Amino acid sequence: MIFMALLFLVGVAVVIALWLVGQFNGLVQLKNQVQNAWAQIDVQLKRRADLIPNLVNTVKGVMKFEQDTLEKVMNARARALGATSMKERGDAEAELSQGLGRLLAVMENYPELKSNQNALQLQEEVTATENKVGFARQFYNDVVMKFNSAQQMFPGTLVAQLFGFQPSEFLAVPEADKAVPTVDLSLS
Amino acid sequence: MSDAPQRATFYELQAENRRNSVLLLVGFFALVLFLGLGIDVFLLGWSPAGDGAIEFPLATPVALLFGLFHAANSWFGGAAQVLASTQAQPADLQDPLERQFVNVVEEMAIAAGLPKPATYVVPDSDPNAFAVGRDPAHASIAVTRGLLESLDREELQGVIGHEMSHVRNLDIRAMTLVTALLGAAALLSDVARRGMYHSGGSVGRSRSDSRRSGDGGGGGMALLFVVWILVAVLAPFVARLLALAVSRSREYLADASSAELTRNPLGLAAALKKIGAAHQPTRLISQGSAHLCITDPRGLKVNERDGEVAELFGTHPPLQKRIAILEGMAGVAAGPGPAG
Repeated sequence: MIFMALLFLVGVAVVIALWLVGQFNGLVQLKNQVQNAWAQIDVQLKRRADLIPNLVNTVKGVMKFEQDTLEKVMNARARALGATSMKERGDAEAELSQGLGRLLAVMENYPELKSNQNALQLQEEVTATENKVGFARQFYNDVVMKFNSAQQMFPGTLVAQLFGFQPSEFLAVPEADKAVPTVDLSLS
Repeated sequence: MSDAPQRATFYELQAENRRNSVLLLVGFFALVLFLGLGIDVFLLGWSPAGDGAIEFPLATPVALLFGLFHAANSWFGGAAQVLASTQAQPADLQDPLERQFVNVVEEMAIAAGLPKPATYVVPDSDPNAFAVGRDPAHASIAVTRGLLESLDREELQGVIGHEMSHVRNLDIRAMTLVTALLGAAALLSDVARRGMYHSGGSVGRSRSDSRRSGDGGGGGMALLFVVWILVAVLAPFVARLLALAVSRSREYLADASSAELTRNPLGLAAALKKIGAAHQPTRLISQGSAHLCITDPRGLKVNERDGEVAELFGTHPPLQKRIAILEGMAGVAAGPGPAG
């Protein structure tokens, strides 16, 4: 009888341990996904920084009246690359996004650029990279939400506290960027 | 915060597609077994009791082997076969339109957090798109040249978002399997029917006659024979309807997921309008892969009607309905703005 009771207790302990391992691994997996998503943003930001000098050099001869737009973009890029704190970098990157958005928009006013194959190609690459930055941020926030929910909802919250998991922070900036295209909505 | 239930849905969708894929395979092998045993019993005269015309079942192992080979073949090579049948070529990075297509696929892959699928272009002037593959790591997205030429960047993004959702939700697995197994089922039932004509069905009858004198189960055997003929004749047809039903229900979901990825439902709505306006058959995409596409490549009007018949035979829900739903989403999204 005692033997049976012991066996039962061991069984329960094993089930609980397995459950704990599963929960823990799930949280670790999510945490890694968050880090991956963060790294992806970085990859795209770097790619963007690499493309900008090319773009600026190609268009600056033609866009004589937009010198301060170009200058703003180059300055923001320099500050983003030289930033020492997360806050500083975030601000510079946000400003860079704005400047690039404006640059791409005014490029439409220059017919010479439209017949320039090189400029068109660069425009497509910069647009794509801008989008990738935006989507990488969006995905980061999606994953952070999953990670944080997993830590806050009931059984998970016990495991998260036991092993000292911390919720990750959302990126707030891009939603402002994302609001820009919704201007199109009024057209329909 | 309204995202939470959607997340759950996406895992549920994946689970459902895994289940569907397994069910498909089980159903397929049940069909193969049934057709094979039928050929043995009714046409070759094998009897489970061991007193038939042949001692061992012959057609059953052959059919099972064929089925196994075909299932394995479609699991590993189905996507390549579909792509080859549409004459799809890998996207050319030197071409500005195809370069943009590859970029948009990369964007959507990042938005969905998936590896970038292979990109193909079908040399056809009718706008259409489809995705194939057994899982996201082995996925391909193909678009027609006509699609690239008629859509702007935002619209293309909506379409690619739709295809990427098929990839993420594992719809492509179920759909690619359906495509390949559909072909096998048609072939098998063809063999069974041919065998029947050649033996004039008389073998089956005489067998059940001799059976009647033996154990008195002749009535049951005759009934089984009729059922077997019905299955052999109807199998491809039923499989088709099944494929259509599975495909139709996925389209609304993929539209919604596309809007979730792009955060811009109007892009896809505009694309569907353009694709609908250019409704002519996509020459290069055959009937067998119709259910893979974003709109029916056959240019059938059946998809555009509401009602029972359209519901049964269309591979896709009516375009008007899909566009209306997407525009409804935009109306909601324009108000309070996206959460999170």
